[in-house]
Amino acid sequence: MTRRFEEPHPYPGRLIIVEGIDGSGKSTQLQLLHKWFKGMNQRVFFTEWNSSALINETVKRGKKKNLLTPSTFSILHAVDFADRLAHLIIPPLKAGMVVLADRYIYTAFARDVVRGVDRDWVRDLYGMAVRPNIAFYFHVPIEVSLKRILTGRVALKFHEAGMDLGLSDDPRESYRIFQGRIIDEYGRIAQEYGMTVVDGTKSIPEQQRLVREIVAEQMKDFQPAPMLR
Amino acid sequence: MNTANRKIFFGNGLPYADVSDLTGKLIVIEGTDGVGRSTQIAELRKWLEIKGYGVTTTGLGRSPLMSDAIDNAKAGHKLNVYTFSLLYLADFADRIEHEIIPALKAGFIVLADRYIYTAFARAVVRGADRDWIRAAYGFALEPDAVIYMRIGIRDLIPRVINSDDLGEGYWRTASDGVIDYWESGMDMRLGDDFYDSFVRYQRRITAEFDAMAQEFGFTVVDASKKFETVHRQMKDTILGILEPPAPAAPAA
Repeated sequence: MTRRFEEPHPYPGRLIIVEGIDGSGKSTQLQLLHKWFKGMNQRVFFTEWNSSALINETVKRGKKKNLLTPSTFSILHAVDFADRLAHLIIPPLKAGMVVLADRYIYTAFARDVVRGVDRDWVRDLYGMAVRPNIAFYFHVPIEVSLKRILTGRVALKFHEAGMDLGLSDDPRESYRIFQGRIIDEYGRIAQEYGMTVVDGTKSIPEQQRLVREIVAEQMKDFQPAPMLR
Repeated sequence: MNTANRKIFFGNGLPYADVSDLTGKLIVIEGTDGVGRSTQIAELRKWLEIKGYGVTTTGLGRSPLMSDAIDNAKAGHKLNVYTFSLLYLADFADRIEHEIIPALKAGFIVLADRYIYTAFARAVVRGADRDWIRAAYGFALEPDAVIYMRIGIRDLIPRVINSDDLGEGYWRTASDGVIDYWESGMDMRLGDDFYDSFVRYQRRITAEFDAMAQEFGFTVVDASKKFETVHRQMKDTILGILEPPAPAAPAA
């Protein structure tokens, strides 16, 4: 079947996305990029994984009561994505604007496969997704991510530690195994889709300098202009 | 039952699910709203239970995980073909894993009040890529039989437009005897009013179903016939699966 994200999208806008495990620093970097665009008076939109009102009550309830299987977990996130794609991503891209996405389809490709769904199936499921113009992958070793997460709070969340998979009774150990597998999967995906890999252990300003350089280079011919037909 | 030669999944399956010992039978009843599916299924269930079979039923949108979400989302009328299809896909996945597989393992007959084919028709008619919706349902189990209750639009209309609370009712989700907003394709603006839309929508759905009946080899029953006639045909089909006739003894 045709997966739209295998071809460049036809819209005049630009889609920039960030990926990485929890604690990789991707959200911080995207926020700084957002500020930079705003500072240049560029019209810019931001959207975040798992934030659509259509389904978040169901996801919350499903997670809380542990009702979700790998497939329903995966499909519910696809509902969320499809809703945001239709309302928050494609219209601004058609209008010739910049869209920033904190996590994109590669999160599902990495995480859901580690949870046990079929690799081709999840790619087909997201077949309606448009390909980003720039995709950053923030790579950090497990221990760095674990340390960063636990500076902000005391405990790991049930699903981020992959506790539903029964890998270990110890949340930290489970986190290491689960997120370690996700890192392996991300590595393959970054290759497969030509993502720009950023060393997430570097300092925040160092990473941001690199990110801005890449974005500036890729967007040097960019002229905001709406699609009219 | 010998499942060795049987195709278990429709497409890419559930790698983590154990489906090695599905001794029950999955029998699918397809057909549009108003065709009489629920009445037939209720009667089939009684008949099978009298014969001593364990029976369970399942139907679109009935999963505990998803039924509220689907009702709320449909009431808001903000769905597009992908969100609409994926909500039903989540419902289906939940029922496959929590109802259908466990029932088939326990040797039950599962009577499915509609199945993946309704989802295929709805998605394709709304403009989704045929391959996309089929790939998404790859983890569906292949049914043992699909009985398609076919009805032409002329016979269908008097069955669905026969309710006193029509004016209010069609805004609600499906209930017998009332045209449903989505079952009229009102989200697609196919006509000026729900009647025109319903006629056009059902024609398109029926065309999809007729093509699938060929492609997937459905057992087609003419649902415009009397209840008893339709019922007998359905029972014959099911008996053919549950109690296949013994091969004829070789002539002496």
